[in-house]
Amino acid sequence: MSEKIKYFLERISWVDIMVWLFGLAILVIAVIGVIGSIHNAYYTKEQWMDFVVFGISQGGVYALIALGYTLVYGILFMINFAHGDIFMAGAFTGYFLAAKLNQYGIYNSHPIISLLLIMLLAMVTSVVVALITERVAYRPLRKAPRLVPLITAIGASFTIEYTFRGLYGSGVEAYPDMKIFVGKTSVLGLRILKVHLLVIILSILLMAALYAYVQYTKAGKAMRAVAEDKDVASLMGVDVDRVIVNTFILGAALAGIAGVLYALIFKQVHFFMGFIPGIKAFTAAVVGGIGNVPGAMLGGFILGIFEALGPGLILEGLGIPASYQLKDVIAFTLLVLVLIFRPTGLMGERLSEEKV
Amino acid sequence: MDSQNTFWKSAVKNGLLAGAIGLYSTLVGLVQAFNKRAVIEQLSLGHITLLLSWGVVAYVFLNHHREAESKGKLIAAGALVGGLGAFLVALLPMTAQWVDYHFVFVHAGPEMYSLLTFGKGPWVGSAMLVAVGALWGVLIALVVSLPTFWRNSVVKAFLITITVGLLSDLFSGMTIGWMFQPFLGVEGLNILGAVLVFGLSIAYDYWSAHRKPKESAEAVATEPTGITKAQLRRMVVGALALVVVAGLPLLLGSYLSHVLNMVGLYTIMGLGLNIVVGYAGLLDLGYVAFFALGAYMMGLLTSTGPLGIAHWTFWEAVPFSILVAMVAGILLGVPVLRMRGDYLAIVTLGFGEIIRILALSNWLKPLIGGAQGILLIPKPPLFGFKIQTPIHFYYLILVGIGLAAFVAYRLRESRLGRAWMAMREDEDVAEAMGIDLVVTKLTAFAFGASFSGLAGAIFASYVGSIFPHSFNLLISINVLSLIIVGGVGSMPGVFVGSLALVGLPELLREFAEYRMLIYGLSLIAMMLLKPEGFWPEPIRKRELREEVGD
Repeated sequence: MSEKIKYFLERISWVDIMVWLFGLAILVIAVIGVIGSIHNAYYTKEQWMDFVVFGISQGGVYALIALGYTLVYGILFMINFAHGDIFMAGAFTGYFLAAKLNQYGIYNSHPIISLLLIMLLAMVTSVVVALITERVAYRPLRKAPRLVPLITAIGASFTIEYTFRGLYGSGVEAYPDMKIFVGKTSVLGLRILKVHLLVIILSILLMAALYAYVQYTKAGKAMRAVAEDKDVASLMGVDVDRVIVNTFILGAALAGIAGVLYALIFKQVHFFMGFIPGIKAFTAAVVGGIGNVPGAMLGGFILGIFEALGPGLILEGLGIPASYQLKDVIAFTLLVLVLIFRPTGLMGERLSEEKV
Repeated sequence: MDSQNTFWKSAVKNGLLAGAIGLYSTLVGLVQAFNKRAVIEQLSLGHITLLLSWGVVAYVFLNHHREAESKGKLIAAGALVGGLGAFLVALLPMTAQWVDYHFVFVHAGPEMYSLLTFGKGPWVGSAMLVAVGALWGVLIALVVSLPTFWRNSVVKAFLITITVGLLSDLFSGMTIGWMFQPFLGVEGLNILGAVLVFGLSIAYDYWSAHRKPKESAEAVATEPTGITKAQLRRMVVGALALVVVAGLPLLLGSYLSHVLNMVGLYTIMGLGLNIVVGYAGLLDLGYVAFFALGAYMMGLLTSTGPLGIAHWTFWEAVPFSILVAMVAGILLGVPVLRMRGDYLAIVTLGFGEIIRILALSNWLKPLIGGAQGILLIPKPPLFGFKIQTPIHFYYLILVGIGLAAFVAYRLRESRLGRAWMAMREDEDVAEAMGIDLVVTKLTAFAFGASFSGLAGAIFASYVGSIFPHSFNLLISINVLSLIIVGGVGSMPGVFVGSLALVGLPELLREFAEYRMLIYGLSLIAMMLLKPEGFWPEPIRKRELREEVGD
């Protein structure tokens, strides 16, 4: 045991100490904030529950997007920077179907069918956009130095955003309300918004399905094999190109559905909507341990809850007014803290530095 | 027989591709927006966009089959690709009477349809469009079947003519604009001007192709004697360039000087980010943070408004702007010391966003003005004279660029610069060679940030008031894009890049809506076709080529 400690102490440099101190300082500030908030009791217990439920439902959306990042990263070791915009493509396109269905009254007379149709359209759009991006921007650069595909991905992100701005216009569109999902319902004695319940249930179902796919089907096995070692997988008869395309399809389909769910919670869609959720979802993937499927799910929920609680729980306790404006700061700070204290993420087993 | 089939099949495929690209540029609104700018007489940039979207596909396809197929077949295939491409686009106006495209696509409407059909109604007009596409395909097939020298020369001349036509406003805006009048139409070039530019370009190609062998013999001959001709020429060119740079704003007038000033500010930032990304290999996506800090520092220290705290002059505040940015660079550098590559990119992006969100927040509003920003930032005084107009600022910015370029150059040649580059190549090996990674990384961040702080300080004084909205992520992306387009790590590349990415879009203001789209596309195209940039650093070029070629 003492050997281990000695080894550990030898490995620490003053950089680690500096970085840790930086992280500790943030943690201390956060704790002071929490104590301040609890002491002052700004919100009732019910309001806190609302925050948590909201956090879980937006966390579900983050998790679905984060899965796309994690799947692609697990196989190609690249950040698909354009993934947030693939999510936007689905949500934005789905809006037009929703508006048309609403116009003919089908939206409210057959809500489940409408929702399925909208999700299908969003999925197909996202998948098509992802496939074009992969074919044009990523595939030719698979062997290039790491910086190159990352820059292409940034380029792809802007291209997709402004393509959709050109196609659909720069206005903010609002999904119509679906009457059966308006209002609250009670679950286990808790009053929660029906939309939140729907999003939570759907996102958990989808994640379970994805996990089963990756873990128990042959295609999922091939995917894990390629993630482990491309060359060996291809020697074992796995068509690596095919698996990569499959991965993009899977990630994009989830992002498309996540887009519709996001639009159900937040109503509004526009061409730039993918940017922030995209970064948040990436953060979620890193928090959970990038490349790790259950990690992305866990990271999504953690980030969602953190972001919902953070402004009220930490920032207001520090006496910061209008703290909701700073919720993005919380997400980024969480990312930095995780990278400082546990760079492999909560569930990541492999050393991140090995891959990066 | 089989190869025949595949040839035609692939022609049809390419025709569909041409059509898809044409449809894309039409629906995105490029064609319509570009239609506002005439290039040669009535031919607008919109027409050219359509023609190019079919033409590039046809050219690449036909060029691929040039050796194997007969001329007649190439022409037929060209007509097929062009015609099919045009037909797909023509489907839009033809079916518009039954389908309401406008519900989804904002640009689809009568204006677009009449543009596509030359105002002749859906059927006649569409037929005309297809005919134009087919003719264009034939023309391209003819160009493809020319001998190599002429083919390249014609393509180049065509592109140059379009560029000159596009920028012809620039000529008429100059103080010596009258000299170009005979060649300009109401907007864009006239036929005479277009033919002249086209002819000149081909003539120049012809001349330079037939001159080359003689010149190289000459250079070899004079080499042993003292100053070579090439050296002498370089000196003369350098002196001329100096005179031109110094006199430029007087020649260009106020508006173009403003454009140059923006180019200049981005050049300073580019030189700074070049240290971080180009020399040290640390991908920083939050570079705008330091620009904002420099600008806010300048604003707070000099503003004569209610938020001003010191009422200093520009010159007193500049060192503090630079210093604050530098310190921030070190502070933000510490937590990311252990991160590499992608993680670093995302975390720095987060920092950039945090700075903007904080500047915008109500929390800091009493200090830095929130969304209302800081107003009444005075112009820099200079010996009783005030630097006020864009032309005055041009010289201030020029001095800034000179300073930044000098520092960047000296740093690159120094021990520290070599340490940065060693770290860029391989961190572990660099550490094993005795390079202190912590110091090396933090100095890279600090120097990079200080340049951005300088640019921010000048910017604040130049525009007179600053708002959080001016400091969004797009600036970071712009700066990154411009050093990539110019060539990562290359100093002249920074200038070329900012001229291309900042100067051009400023001149083509009416397409501002499509600026970011074109940025995105050019980033992708650059990485696919020319990852080393337009003006690469020699070492970098070799590396990238090798690795890509693997």
